[in-house]
Amino acid sequence: MIPFLALVLKDLKLFFNNRRAVIVGLVVPILLASFFGYLFGGQGGNAETSKVSVLVIDQDGSDISRGLIAQLAGDKNLDVKASTLDAAREAVRKGKATAAIVIPKDFGRDAGHALFTGSSETGANKPELGVLYDPSHNMELGMVKGLLSGAVMQSVSKEMFTGRSGREMVDESLAQVQNNPRLPAEDRKALGDLLGGVKEFNERHDRAGASGQTQLSGGLTMPYQTREEAITSGHDVAYNGYAHSFGGMAIQFILFMGLDAGIALLMLRQSGLWQRLRAAPLSRSTLLGSRAVSASLMSGFILAVLFSFARVVFGVRILGSFAGFVGVCAAFSLMTAAFGLMVAALGETVEATRGYSIMATLIMVMLGGAWVPTFVFPKWLRTLTVVVPTRWAMDGLDGMTWRGLGFSSALAPIAVLLLFTLLFGVVAVTRFRWRTEA
Amino acid sequence: MIHSSAMLEVNGLTKSYGKLMAVSGVSFRADYGETIGLLGPNGAGKTTTVSIIAGLLSPDSGEVLIEGKQVKRDTDPVKLKIGLVPQEMALYDQLTARDNLTFFAALYSLAGTTVKRAIGDALTLVGLSDRAGDKVGTFSGGMKRRLNLAAALLHDPQILLLDEPTVGVDPQSRNAIFENLETLKKRGKTLIYTTHYMEEAERLCDRIVIIDHGKLIANDTLQGLHKLLPVTNVIAVELDHADGFKPEPMLALPEVKSAELDQGTLRVGVHDLSRGAPGVLRWLAENGHSYNHVSSEQPSLETVFLTLTGRSLRDSR
Repeated sequence: MIPFLALVLKDLKLFFNNRRAVIVGLVVPILLASFFGYLFGGQGGNAETSKVSVLVIDQDGSDISRGLIAQLAGDKNLDVKASTLDAAREAVRKGKATAAIVIPKDFGRDAGHALFTGSSETGANKPELGVLYDPSHNMELGMVKGLLSGAVMQSVSKEMFTGRSGREMVDESLAQVQNNPRLPAEDRKALGDLLGGVKEFNERHDRAGASGQTQLSGGLTMPYQTREEAITSGHDVAYNGYAHSFGGMAIQFILFMGLDAGIALLMLRQSGLWQRLRAAPLSRSTLLGSRAVSASLMSGFILAVLFSFARVVFGVRILGSFAGFVGVCAAFSLMTAAFGLMVAALGETVEATRGYSIMATLIMVMLGGAWVPTFVFPKWLRTLTVVVPTRWAMDGLDGMTWRGLGFSSALAPIAVLLLFTLLFGVVAVTRFRWRTEA
Repeated sequence: MIHSSAMLEVNGLTKSYGKLMAVSGVSFRADYGETIGLLGPNGAGKTTTVSIIAGLLSPDSGEVLIEGKQVKRDTDPVKLKIGLVPQEMALYDQLTARDNLTFFAALYSLAGTTVKRAIGDALTLVGLSDRAGDKVGTFSGGMKRRLNLAAALLHDPQILLLDEPTVGVDPQSRNAIFENLETLKKRGKTLIYTTHYMEEAERLCDRIVIIDHGKLIANDTLQGLHKLLPVTNVIAVELDHADGFKPEPMLALPEVKSAELDQGTLRVGVHDLSRGAPGVLRWLAENGHSYNHVSSEQPSLETVFLTLTGRSLRDSR
């Protein structure tokens, strides 16, 4: 048997002989990937998301405020409950509610006035709605504010055009216009016609409503609705959140495996085994190269098992180029092996090296988007992560699995991963301390 | 002048680690079939010397020749002539004894029936044939030491470098290893044996190289080393009545170099036993000192080391 093959087989035998480690090394990433996959959309991308908890404090008690609360309560994304100011503040502080909306006294009156005049009845600025929020839920806050805007517009306009307070306000405004000597005659006439038309519209609807012949207006509503379509690998192909999570966890645990291989080499250098290996007529490329090949094969094995599991249990499919998928996996496996060799080359003591390299691995995993997709990162961070190899591995695996991209889209990730392999490999070979100090 | 036909020639080896001079100008040679003991306390430079011979370390200066050839590259065929038994256990606990040996044989490109025969022979030699299929992790320390030796024999090296191969083993296993080494010696192998156990060097070695603080102190046969001592023999006399006995007057006798009383036993150092012993016994009789047992002893290597370095070998560890 040639020495290179013997060295590779020995590494594989040692790896698979440690059955407990193999099982843990596969079961743990599968569990984590299943959990993250469920959180990030699950199978088919239609996993039910939990409602945002919102408390409402109605200090106004007007028709508008009641209408506003009814609008919010009717939204499927919100879980709306009435509360008091103190109780709401405490609930948000403790994280039991995401936000609390405070509708102040006279909000209905001022909002109705502001709808036509741009200011409240007293001439002050527009009335304010207080929003107390949990700062750890910034993303939900944006959604709540958006839904609140729509609900306020609808409830205020409804009341203004068809409600009692709306009619009173039209009458008041009409009188103000007609009695305003500073208003030019032409403007007075135009505004009078407009408000008179609204008054007539309201009276006609009142008569029709009394005879049951027509329905009242629902107020101003959004003049559009959205039709959502997830753009995946093809028509009728749903997004599968497990594809990303299994890729991410595979990357994390393979990096840890590469790290272990490096630490093992570091420990080997301090043992009699290293002396025996060095005493044999073996080249340095044989010793390090065999290590790289065996680590790559183990990486490939972990990837294969994880994606096979994801395929069978969660229906994750390689919707893009299979060759591209294999290429990304192979390039990442090689990169991991080179990373392990670099750890062994740069490490001084096992304990210190383990600490530093675990930290480096976790940072790479985090920035690469293996835990959470990189789209939730701020833009500067997304730009920065192009220098992280795991980012390319994740992009490559995402592209070849659920995005369904072609082989050409795998070329960039493969090339970058191979460049990192070369970089880590050169550092490993040049910095490796071959001599064992006696 | 070192003869070029030696199995091993070590010429002027020097190696330092920073300011620490580990080996300084060490030279010696080993002929075919010879067993050389490298004796010295821990940190004397024995392991560094062996590591340089095995090609694990490069000397700062000097050279090592195996059958006249230097180890120049990692893959140098000269390495095939060397078998190394490291001081630390060099085995995979998770693999069986046979798998370990198969792997180490493959490092020397052994294949097919050659491997099977080599493994069988090695296991037979060290007495572990019946445990070939067991994982090394289940072995006792002594068994591991024997397997550690077997792993170095697979490629049938002509010279074996044994770096303290009996460290931490029980007397029974140590004896088994000695027997293995004596068998190898009979087969004509050249052995380089580092130890700080004098009795091991005395039992196994044809010549002893004493190293201390990286420097070669002596290089001779056991007999030759004894000749370096002021006394080469000791007459031990168990006195019937040692109370009040004063050994100092005996120093006036011709041939007597030392005389001391130790717990009822009088030890008298002489150069020539045949000439010194009669005079000592006659003096005891003439001065009324009866005795019940007389024997002769040779000074140990401990005494040699003490004489050459001024300190005890055991104290130096």
